[in-house]
Amino acid sequence: MLQKEGQVRIPSGCAIAAVISKTGEKIGGEKIVAGIRTMHERSNGLGGGFAGYGIYPDYKDFYALHVFYDDNGARTDCENALKDLFEIVKAENIPTRKNPAIKDAPLIWRYFVAPLPSRVAAMQIDEREFVARAVTRINSTFRGAYIFSSGKNTGTFKAVGFPEEVADFYRLEDYAGYSWTAHGRYPTNTPGWWGGAHPFSLLDWSVVHNGEISSYDTNRRFIEMFGYKCHLKTDTEVITYIFDYLVRRQGMTLREASSVVAAPFWTTIARKPEEEQRELTYIRNMFSGLLITGPFSIVLGFSGGLLALNDRLKLRSMVVAEKGNTTYIASEEAAIRAMEPDLDSIRSPMGGEPVIVTVNKGVLEDGN
Amino acid sequence: MKIDASLYTHRALNDLLRSRTDETSVENCLGLRFIGSGLSHGTVLIDGVPGNALGAYLDGAKIIVNGNAQDAVGDTMNKGEIIIRGNVGDAAGYAMRGGEIYVEKNAGYRVGIHMKAYKNNRPALIIGGRAGSFLGEYQAGGFIIVLGLNDDGMPIVGNFPCTGMHGGKMFLRSDCRDVFFPEQVTARPAGAEDMAEIKPYLEKFCDAFHYNPSFIENAPFTVVTPDTQNPYKQMYVAN
Repeated sequence: MLQKEGQVRIPSGCAIAAVISKTGEKIGGEKIVAGIRTMHERSNGLGGGFAGYGIYPDYKDFYALHVFYDDNGARTDCENALKDLFEIVKAENIPTRKNPAIKDAPLIWRYFVAPLPSRVAAMQIDEREFVARAVTRINSTFRGAYIFSSGKNTGTFKAVGFPEEVADFYRLEDYAGYSWTAHGRYPTNTPGWWGGAHPFSLLDWSVVHNGEISSYDTNRRFIEMFGYKCHLKTDTEVITYIFDYLVRRQGMTLREASSVVAAPFWTTIARKPEEEQRELTYIRNMFSGLLITGPFSIVLGFSGGLLALNDRLKLRSMVVAEKGNTTYIASEEAAIRAMEPDLDSIRSPMGGEPVIVTVNKGVLEDGN
Repeated sequence: MKIDASLYTHRALNDLLRSRTDETSVENCLGLRFIGSGLSHGTVLIDGVPGNALGAYLDGAKIIVNGNAQDAVGDTMNKGEIIIRGNVGDAAGYAMRGGEIYVEKNAGYRVGIHMKAYKNNRPALIIGGRAGSFLGEYQAGGFIIVLGLNDDGMPIVGNFPCTGMHGGKMFLRSDCRDVFFPEQVTARPAGAEDMAEIKPYLEKFCDAFHYNPSFIENAPFTVVTPDTQNPYKQMYVAN
């Protein structure tokens, strides 16, 4: 029987890559595949995935739900629940092609939905909170249904396989967006189930991660106090929820949220100017349960931008490069050169230094 | 002889390199790992970006990269020479115990950690630009030299250099006023004897990357050694 996350521990690296056009130009899915493919050896075939932003322009005002189902019974149950909460303007299979390496595929569906205004009003919460709660409830209480993507004008595509195989399976070349992230998985603790592949997404947040979080359980216990449910026992899931909590719900800037998860050492804080010391001390004390320890390099995708961040000790590699209006991020320089051989600049950010790249103002309608 | 790296696995490429007696040009390199690992003879010129662990366990060969290299260059190398006309990633020269690595520009985190010397083997790692945090952590022997010729305004070295250092020498071309060293090491201005020790390496650096040696004179060097009066004791275990 196929084992899911949490049922077995496999003691054992990963690859991440991302690209964004600051002028909002459409980048075909094949570009990011060229990058991640170069780092084949960093994965072991137990997970690959991609998140694209700006890929659903015709449905940009609707939340795009991507769902894995174990069977049609699970689908019927979940669809009934969705109909109760959302107006479904389109429901379809996500187009795939046969790839000999991609096996045990679940049923993979896509819904473009709008929350029912009466339901949102009745709960006295905003629309995004409504969607987040619906996703959390379905993922934690419905048997055989897992919503793995739930943002507007964005979509996550993931499976068990090497990333280039996953891209072929999902026909990634048929999509184009202003930004992409990608992941090749080498699972360290869990067996590698479709849901456990990266990116981990909630609303428009998506996270790809290379590393292993030693603070996972501390982080999980803290974040579950605020209604999040860590379903998969894999460390990356909690990072997505931490950023959603700090930025969407607490109103922090991405830079502030970065100094929560990758807080500088006390000795480093002691050398900062007084005002910065005060701020960093406050953040470390207030959100100590959200400090992420252990090695990580992550790329956080969101509507209109990307954030790249290393753990404060920089125990994983990450390089950032520029060419014209396009920014590239990857675990290895070779992956960036595969996407763009001729670069204007390339550098390795320091541990704990957030690199935030956003699409220029006014380029995207409605902030999407 | 010219080789297109994109046509080879690392094992096939290394087998070929081991069979060669003269200079080999490896072109079109994009992330291929372990190039020249354990190689004892010959010269390898690389165009493109070699993958991680370039020249690991190198045992006498010479490797020249026309561009940047990634992580773990010269991991545990024993003998030979690696010249990088660009940047190197993290952990270059990790645990090296012989040979020389010359980097024209910047180096990443944890460079030269666990470097050691053995009998006549004294490894040397020379970085033209700046180095990241944890430079020379647990250094036990050999020379780490950072020249600070970077023009990006960043400090010559990041946080926590020389932590756990108990042998060897580190040279930084700076007065190091802003560098915080641990209490168990001694940092002092380099004297004539110290400079004489590293002169051959500086000359080779200038030769490899076409620098005018005058830069050596125009800035002070700081030399860092373990403090024998206050050595590291029981950092993790009794010693």
